[in-house]
This record gives sequence, structure tokens and C-alpha cells, in this order.
Amino acid sequence: MITLSPLSRSRPVRLARSLAGFAVVTVLTFLGLLAITFFIGRVVPIDPVLAVVGDRASNEQYEAARVAMGLDRPLLVQFFSYVGDVFQGELGRSVSTGRPVAQDLARVFPATLEMATIGIIIGVALGVPMGVIAAARAGSWIDQVIRVLALLGYSVPAFWLGLVGLALFYAGLGWVAGPGRIDVFFDGLVEPVTGLLLVDSLIAGDFEVFWNAADHIVLPATILGFFALAYIARMTRSFMLDQLGQEYVTTARVKGVRERRVIWVHAFGSIRVPLITVIGLSYAGLLEGSVMIETVFSWPGIGNYLTTALFNADMNAVLGATLVIGAVFIVINKVSDVLYRVLDPRSR
Amino acid sequence: MRDWLMSESPESRVQAGAGRAWRALLMLLRNPLAVIGGLIVLLLIVTAVAAPLIAPESGVGQDLPNRLLPPSWDHWMGTDELGRDIFSRVVYGARITLLIVGLVAVISAPLGLIVGAVAGYFGGWTDKILMGFTDIFLSMPKLILALAFVAALGPGIENAIIAIAITAWPAYARIARAETLTFRNAEFVAATRLLGASHGRIILLHVLPLCTSSMIIRVTLDMAGIILTAAGLGFLGLGAQPPLPEWGAMISRGRVFILDQWWVATMPGLAIILVSLGFCFLGDGLRDVLDPKSAGKS
Repeated sequence: MITLSPLSRSRPVRLARSLAGFAVVTVLTFLGLLAITFFIGRVVPIDPVLAVVGDRASNEQYEAARVAMGLDRPLLVQFFSYVGDVFQGELGRSVSTGRPVAQDLARVFPATLEMATIGIIIGVALGVPMGVIAAARAGSWIDQVIRVLALLGYSVPAFWLGLVGLALFYAGLGWVAGPGRIDVFFDGLVEPVTGLLLVDSLIAGDFEVFWNAADHIVLPATILGFFALAYIARMTRSFMLDQLGQEYVTTARVKGVRERRVIWVHAFGSIRVPLITVIGLSYAGLLEGSVMIETVFSWPGIGNYLTTALFNADMNAVLGATLVIGAVFIVINKVSDVLYRVLDPRSR
Repeated sequence: MRDWLMSESPESRVQAGAGRAWRALLMLLRNPLAVIGGLIVLLLIVTAVAAPLIAPESGVGQDLPNRLLPPSWDHWMGTDELGRDIFSRVVYGARITLLIVGLVAVISAPLGLIVGAVAGYFGGWTDKILMGFTDIFLSMPKLILALAFVAALGPGIENAIIAIAITAWPAYARIARAETLTFRNAEFVAATRLLGASHGRIILLHVLPLCTSSMIIRVTLDMAGIILTAAGLGFLGLGAQPPLPEWGAMISRGRVFILDQWWVATMPGLAIILVSLGFCFLGDGLRDVLDPKSAGKS
């Protein structure tokens, strides 16, 4: 290890070095993800060649197809050509929709993004205050209630909650609209600009569509938000307990600072940075969790696309969707990690 | 017996170990949530073992005249679309759930332990490569990865177990490595090495046993997640196949009836929640007892 002169250890240089190291790790992680999807694509028990030529083909025909598909090349060569394809946005063609997988994914992704974003907003808006209150009143009944609520977030199956929610709030009480993203009647009325229905309908100024879409999204997004809430509240409580036990908090109290200010300004101020990481992680988790919710709510997003493809043995679509969800997951993970490093005052 | 267990100067290794376990148990019993969790897990095990004695019906076969009956005295949880008693099926489902969590733990925990201990013990490039591999797996979305694996391997309970185990081990490797690092340079390891013990022997007999307590905590806490993933795969039709009474698959069958015959899908879900909560409570309690460092947190 080369010893650095004190001068080169200035903050920007160190930050740049750590970011560079980060970029390397991120690229390696992406390659790892590609290796995994490539591997999964290869261990499929169905012979991809046989699927193309049919089982009546002669040996020569079979061999010719195998060469044409590039399956006779060494594994490593196949892997690199796969990586090259992916970087050019070439994910193959979906057997069930007949369109290129990349095009399909671009079409369905906004629906998932919209639901997960509203979910995380709900999760943060409720989870953070709940965690803070639980920590401020540690041991009280309200702390216990929040604790049990948070643990429920770890033990309730998302698809079950979705079904029960539908039965209760849609069929039973009629408070919200049913499965799907919008009523058939309103479908395709607004021009897709961002693909986010709520935003698009506002751009078009069509409030009827907006309210209908909001009616449809509120239940699945709330259920998704509940799982974010559970994790965020639990972590916030734990961070806050750490801070409230510190001496600077005691000092502030001794000085006569009001308790509300001690909690929300002094203690909460110092947990904002780690909270960003937690929120980032749970946002990524919601994109993943939406697979189950989307299946239950027939939500035309990437999760639904993935599960539909699973049943049609549409491997290109499955791997493409896995790749996109995995990539988004990694990006959010890494970005929140970088944010942490940049914002943490200790790295100054 | 009590004196023997609580003895301050144990005479044998067995006595020392038993004494430690006894003290941990006493501490655990003082934690109400842990007791509740432990009872629920115990209930799961008893139900799984004694399923034929508890369940009023076999849970298989058809009884079409009695299909979709609401919960009543005869059928606590009602009957499903083939007239099968849902309570009986939930009881038999405990066996499948226990099998899944048991096998996943048995496959993934030792795998993670060995990877982590080897990486931590040898350090250097071995560590870099193994942990790089672990981190790649850790930064993947677990459920999606499991889905893709099952898609490739084909649906079925064995493949679901393999897929979940593949996604579960990296967290254990991280823990085992962190633990190993703390005593890699300890004197007892150096002493064993001086006695001529091989690396394999040191790792297996001296390093791994010290990682087990944090591993038990982590595995217990992970159980809820494993159960949910398994149920999710079952719900999507990729896990246990009908007519196996797997809870997730049962919810999936009841999905069509959710609006009119709510009990078909609701009841197995309650079983999943109960068992998952039990593991969460127990894991929390175990952490407070076995790992005092992080006690009281979260």
C-alpha cells in the first residue's frame, strides 16, 4: 500500500477515490447479475435448440440450428456476446407477446414505478413519525402497538393482504375501485407521455381519468406502503434510541431545551443520513414486493409481466424482467450508499 | 439437577454447555414475546408431527356435496371448493411449512457458515473473491432471483426449496465472516495451529462452533421471510403443487372465491401470519439473550 501524503488526503480526493472504488464494485455487481441471468438461462432443462427445430429434425438440421444460435461457441464467448447484447438493449423476443422484450418492459415499467413511488411516500410519511414516537415513548403501550404493527409487516404475506383488502374495501365496503389500473371505460383516453397514469392525466387536464386512476392505485399502493412502513418505523426507532441515549441529548435537556425540540431537531437531525439509506433500501424492496401485489391486483406492471411470462415458459421475458428489476434494485442500493457517503459529515 | 446445571465450576465440557444453555433458557423465559414466539413454534412442530391425530379429516379426497361451506362447528375453517375441510388441510400444511424452513436452514446456513468462515480465516484474496461473490448475491432482489431459479428448474416443492436456499446463504456468510475476523488472531487459534492442526480442522472444530449462536439468531429471524417466500412461490403456482396442502397454494385456490367465500383464502393466510410472527418474536428474544450487544435495539 502506498502511503499518501497528507495533501492528497483532502476531502474531494478521498471522496473521488471512494466513488471510483464504488463504480468498480457497481460494475462488478452488474456483471454478476448478468452472469446469474445467463446461468439461469443455460440451466433451463428445455433444450433451446429443440424448441426451435422441433423434435422431428434430423441431426444435421439440429446442428445447423445450434450453430446459427451460437450455442456451439465456448461458454465464455457466449456470455460476452450476451453481455454485449444486453448493453445494446437487446433482450430477445418474447414468445408470448411477439414483441422485443425490451419494448415490453419499457411499456410496463412505469406502472410499477408509479405504484412503488406512492407506496414509498406512504411508508415514509407514516413510518418515520411512528418510529420517532415509538423511540420517544420507549416501553409505553404506543411503542408496543407500533412494534407489533412493524413485526406484522414482516409476517403478513403481501398477496394475502391484497386479497383480503380487495374483499373488504372493494367488494365489501365499495370504498375503492377493483383490480386493474383504470376502468375499461377510461382506458387509453389520455396520451401516454411519462407512462405514469396519474401524471399523464394531469398533463392532459383530464381529472375524471385522474380520479379513476387514483381510485385504482390507492389500495395496492397503501398495502405496498405498509411493508415499507414496517421496515422504516423499525429502523427509525432503533436509530432514534441510539441517539436519545447519547450525551449531547442529555446536555440539551439539561440546558432546558424543550423535549419536542430535543427529539425532532437534535436527535432526529443526526439520523437523517442513515435514514436515507433505509428509505432507499425499502424503495428497492417495494419494486420487488410489487410482483406479488401486481399479480393480485392485475396491475399491468413488470411484476405481472414477469409472472405471466413464467407460466408461458417465456424465458426471454423472464430473464429480461429479472434483469431490469435486479438492475434497478442495484442502482437504488448503490445510489443510497453513495448518498450516505457524500452526506455523512464524518467523511468530511 | 439444578445445582449441576448452575454450577460455577463445571467438571466436564457437557456440563458447561448444558449450564450455558440452561441459563440462556431461563433468560429467554423472562421475555414474554420470546415465550409467545417459542410456544407458537412449538405448536407448529407438534402440529406437524401429530397432524393425523389433530386433523379431523385427511385433507385429501373430495366431498362435493359439502363444498364451500362457511366456518361452523363441524368445519372450523369451512370447506374448500372440493369439500375438503380447510382446518385439516391447514394442519397438514404445517408439515410442508416445517419441511421447507427446515431444509432451507439446513442447506443455506452451513453453506453460508463455511463460505464466511473460510473467507474470514484465510483473508487476502480468498476473502476478496468469496465476499465479492457474496455481495453480488446480497445485492440481488431475493424473491425475483428465487422466481427466476424456479422458472428455470421447473415448479415443485424441491426446486422451490433449492431456489430459496440459493438466495438465503449470503447473509449467513457475511455474519460468519464478521465473527471469524474477531477471533482469527486469538491465542487459542494460534495455540491450536502450533499443535499442528490443519486449517480444515481449525475452521471446523474451533471457528465454526463460535459462529453458531449469532447464526441461530439470524436464521430464526429469517424464518418469517423464508415462509413468506415459500408461500409466495406456492401462491404463484411455482412451489408445492396441488393436492399438497401448502398454505400459499391454498390461498391461490381460494383467490377465485375471495368475494363470496372469503374463508377459503383467508384461513391459510392466518396460519402463515401466526407462524411467521412466532419466528419473529422468538428471533427477537433469542437476540436479546444470546447477543447482549444489540439487546434493546429495534
